[in-house]
Parts: sequence; structure tokens; C-alpha cells
Amino acid sequence: VEAVLAAAEEQEAEKRRSITVEKELELEYDLGNLLAVDRNPPPAAALRGAGPRREALLRALARDNTQLLVSRLWELPAERAGGAGGPLVAQLPEPTFRLPREKPPPKPRPPTRWEQFARLKGIRRKKKTSVAWDEQAKEWRRRWGYRRAGGDPSRAWLAEVPAGADPEEDQFARLRREKRERVARNELNRLRNLARAHRAGSAVPAAPLHPTGHQDRDELRRVARVARVSTASLGRFQPRLPKESAEPPSRSGGKKRRFEPLLGNLAAERSRQLELLRDMGSKKPVLDITRAVNKQLRQEEAEAAAANKGKKQSKRGKRGRRQQRPGRSGKKSGARRQPQQQKPAGGGTGG
Amino acid sequence: MDALDRVVKPKTKRAKRFLEKREPKLNENTKNAMLIKGGNANLTVTEVLKDIYAVKKPFAVLYKRKNITRPFEDQTSLEFFSKKSDCSLFLFGSHNKKRPNNLIIGRMFDYHVLDMIELGVEKFVSLKDIKNSKCPEGTKPMLIFAGDVFDVNEEYRRLKSLLIDFFRGPTVPSIRLAGLEYVLHFTAVDGKIYMRSYKVLLKKSGCKIPRIELEEMGPSLDLVMRRTHLASDDLYKLSLKQPKGLKPKKKKNISHDVFGTTYGRIHMQKQDLSKLQTRKMKGLKKRPAEKSAEDGGATPKKSKSA
Repeated sequence: VEAVLAAAEEQEAEKRRSITVEKELELEYDLGNLLAVDRNPPPAAALRGAGPRREALLRALARDNTQLLVSRLWELPAERAGGAGGPLVAQLPEPTFRLPREKPPPKPRPPTRWEQFARLKGIRRKKKTSVAWDEQAKEWRRRWGYRRAGGDPSRAWLAEVPAGADPEEDQFARLRREKRERVARNELNRLRNLARAHRAGSAVPAAPLHPTGHQDRDELRRVARVARVSTASLGRFQPRLPKESAEPPSRSGGKKRRFEPLLGNLAAERSRQLELLRDMGSKKPVLDITRAVNKQLRQEEAEAAAANKGKKQSKRGKRGRRQQRPGRSGKKSGARRQPQQQKPAGGGTGG
Repeated sequence: MDALDRVVKPKTKRAKRFLEKREPKLNENTKNAMLIKGGNANLTVTEVLKDIYAVKKPFAVLYKRKNITRPFEDQTSLEFFSKKSDCSLFLFGSHNKKRPNNLIIGRMFDYHVLDMIELGVEKFVSLKDIKNSKCPEGTKPMLIFAGDVFDVNEEYRRLKSLLIDFFRGPTVPSIRLAGLEYVLHFTAVDGKIYMRSYKVLLKKSGCKIPRIELEEMGPSLDLVMRRTHLASDDLYKLSLKQPKGLKPKKKKNISHDVFGTTYGRIHMQKQDLSKLQTRKMKGLKKRPAEKSAEDGGATPKKSKSA
């Protein structure tokens, strides 16, 4: 048996001799890019010589390296594309050699006003089906568009006069006008969102104010602030509007903390300490439970909505509601626990 | 240039698609190359540009007219061209007494010049001079770099990266094994870089893997490195940064061990074991040996030897 195995091995070796290549250092391969890097120093002395000999040497070197690369490529998992008779196709791995990008990676667009509000409140998207049941036609029709479920709104022949409206008013005209207004408002908001996203993306610096007609609230506020601070006393003695804040606008935009001086206002310090002692000693809880609970619930909903944003809304209906219930009651007891915790601590330090 | 910086709002679907193709994306397009002639380009340099254009078709644009610019002094015209034609690789050819047969190869990041390397062409054999059959246009070439200089020297490392970027071609998920016809071989020896292109002939060998024979084809260049204008390290690192979305998503419940075995995890719900259907489980059926043992201890059956 061993003789047979040895003979078989020798035969294999013979066959493979034609495709084996001896190299000092192994090549490095990046098959995703069809790349091979040979670290062996090439025979410099031989290559310095003239024309044809150099070409022959380069060619031999290239042949060896190509043989190694092709052997590696042929070892990749291959299959016949397009049925049995098709060409042999190998699956290339991902390229490993890191090359610089052409352009910087795209920045995600900032959320629109509605998206911010929805995230804050924890409102999630309701998935609507593409067809709706039409009672009149007794069939499934598309939700909007040609032959929609509710019938063509432009051919509505009846418009009820609402309870408090003027009987002389043309209801059809009113409906048409309101639709036009809605469309216009929608379009305006869409353009505003686009402009906001564009501004956020390109980081437009404090440009001078637009001529009237194109000013928006943030721009006006920014420009007014800059104008206020551009006086010799940096805006400290400027006359103020009735509802404006008293202190001058801080240059850091409210990010840095401000501390009162240590030995300044003795009266204020005394009143502050007395108030603190009063609150600690009183029986009434300082924390407003309902407000705390509501805040906590809202925060929870927002977190849950953010967590499920990418996932499919598979847990709706009974299961979703069942999941939310224990959470709600749990947090309520949690919120109630807080004032109880405060009291013993207050009693400890107060006593 | 001011004209190109102005934001253009598309008025047709076609214009919108055109702009979308050019904006930054998660998975980028194949890089296009622009081949530009300098103010005084001679025949050699023109031939080089034409040959490289033939190799890089359809991901290249060849500008036929001469452009009088000096890339190493002033890069604005290059950046303008790159923005206009959405090309991030360029090859600029020129010739003067001080730098004969000059080629400047470079790439852009965000339409600004990232790296530029000036190479001098010492010897050039064109596609036309070698008379044999060529491989079809647009074949993805195999790239081989020989020489330890490509790893030791920083400039050579960038040159290697630049050449790979230039000649790589589109990234494909799979490749036809019989279609591996073109190979570009770069050897760095003695301060010179020899670039040779060969057509690959797959000959029969005893086993599955074919034996390779090479046939010289296509442009062959002897290059020598002259000036370089490489990007600073942090700009280079910034350009290498890949967005998070490109990382391969980890499949949950699949793990691999050291030996290459793949383990999967299945999460089952709680089963009511009293309601299991045991009649259909062959493993629980009484084997003849067990049956006879129950009945009264008869001799067990002889098992076959291996």
C-alpha cells in the first residue's frame, strides 16, 4: 500500500513541477484587486546590463510572479456561471489594499422640524398599506392617485356647510382655496427644510443680512446680537426691548459655566442657605410627581422610538402594547421612589 | 472657479441623475483618469498618453489640445478640469530641456490635489511597435510589484499606491478565470522603475491550475522618479477614512472557532415536552437487539467487521 501511495505522490509532484515557483520570500496577495507584491530584491547586477538580456530577465521574473498569482486565483471558490456550459467564474474577496477615497464620505442630512418633534415625543411611523377598501365600489383600491379609494375629490358634488360658517359663502371655493393653501404651506416647509440642510452641510459663515423678503428668524437674531455687541462697551448699556433678556449675550453661546464670586453677596448667600434648610425640613415633597412621571414617560417613548427606528414595526398591536404596560407602571414607582430617597438624606444632614 | 461653485438646481430628471452620479457616495464610482498634454509635449509623451488611454478605456478622458500649465507650481487649472469632468486621477505629459519626457501622475481628493509624482520616461515601447494580438479593451489587469524598494521608501510606497489606484479598474465581485489575460508588472531596481505589460497565455499543465506563458504586448516604460508632491500625513489619513456604513455587518448568532468550524445558534421557544410527536422519531424506535433483550435474552446479532 505504501509503495502505491509513494508512486501516486511522485506523479502528483511531477505534474505540479511545471507550475511551482521557488521564491525566497512569499508574495503578498490582494486577490480583490488582482494584486501581488513581491518583496524579494531583484537581481540588480543582472538587470543593469543592456537590452535583450534585461528584457528576458524581467520577463522571467514576471512569468514567475504571474504564475504564483494565477495559482492563487485558481484556488478561489469557482462555479460555472449560466448553467453547465458557461464560463468558470471565481468569487473574488473584498480588496484589502487601502486606497484613498475620491471624495469625502457623505454627511447624513440633518433631521427636519417634524422629525425632531417626532423624535422628542416618541412618535413612530405608522406603516400604511398601499391599497384601501372602498365601500362604494366594494373592492380594494389604491390609497391615492388614479381611481383612489375615496373617489375623485375634484368630482365631489356635495359640500356641507359647517356649523358656524357664513351661509352665503361658496363652500366649493373654500375647499379649493384651503387645498391650495395647504399645498403652498407644505411646499414652503419643504423648501425651508432643504435650505436648512444645505446650510448645515456647507456651514455658511455669518453672511450679511439678506434684503427684505428673504430674512429668516435665526438670521435676524444672529445679526441683532452682533449689532448689539458691536458698541464700545460691548453691549452692556444698550437699551433693551421689553421681552429681551437682561444679561449681555455671551460669546461662547452659553456653553461655559459662570460662577458667582466667593465672598460677594452675603445677603444672597444667607437667603439661599435658609431656603435650602426650609426645603429640607418641610414635609411636602419638592418634586412634583406628575411632572416627573410625565417627563420620564416621554423620555422613555423617545428612546424606544429611536431604538426601533431601523427595525420593522413587527411588535405592534397586542404584543407592543403588552410590552409597554409593565414599563409604564415600573417607571411610575421609580419616580415615586425619588422623593422618599431625598427625605431621609435631608433628615440626616438637617438633623 | 466661481462658475463651478455655484449650486445648480437641476430642472430635469436627467440633470438630477447627472448630479447624483457626481456627489459623494458610500460606495464610490470607479475613478476616472484625465490624460492632459502640456504646453510642449513631444511625440514620445503623446504616444505614452495615447497608449495609457487605450489601457484605461472607458474610465479615462484624453484631452487632445495642449494646455499650458505647470502642475507643480499652480494646481488650480488641474482642479478645474477635475471638477468639470469628474476625474480624480490625472496624467500630465510635457517635455522641456531640463526635464525631458516628463509625466506627472497624480490623484485628487475632493477635487483638490492629493499626491503628485513626476516621472521621467527613459525608454518607451508603444502598443503599435509590438505586433501581436492584443487583449480586449477594458480587461481588468493583474498588477504585480517586484522590488523591496516599494515598501522601504515612503515615496515609492505612495507611488505604488498611486499606480494601483490608476490601473486598478472597476471593483468586481467575481471574475471569469479564463479572462485573466492582462498583467502589468512593475520592477523597481537601481532607482529605476520598469513597467512591462504582458498578455497571459494559459497552457495546459498536469493539474487544474494552468501553466502561465507570457507574451510581451502593450506599452512598456522605463521610468525614473523626479520630483514629488505628496500629501501630508493627516490629509492622507483623512482621505483613507471609510464611512461606517461600509463595514461588513456582523451576522448575529454565527461564530467561528480556531479550526475554521462555523457554529450557529438557534433560539427555540419553550416546548411542551408532553405533546412531542415521538412516533415520527426513528431514533426512539426499539432496535431489534433491544426487543429481543426485552423478550427474553436471545443471542445478539453479529456485527459486520470493517
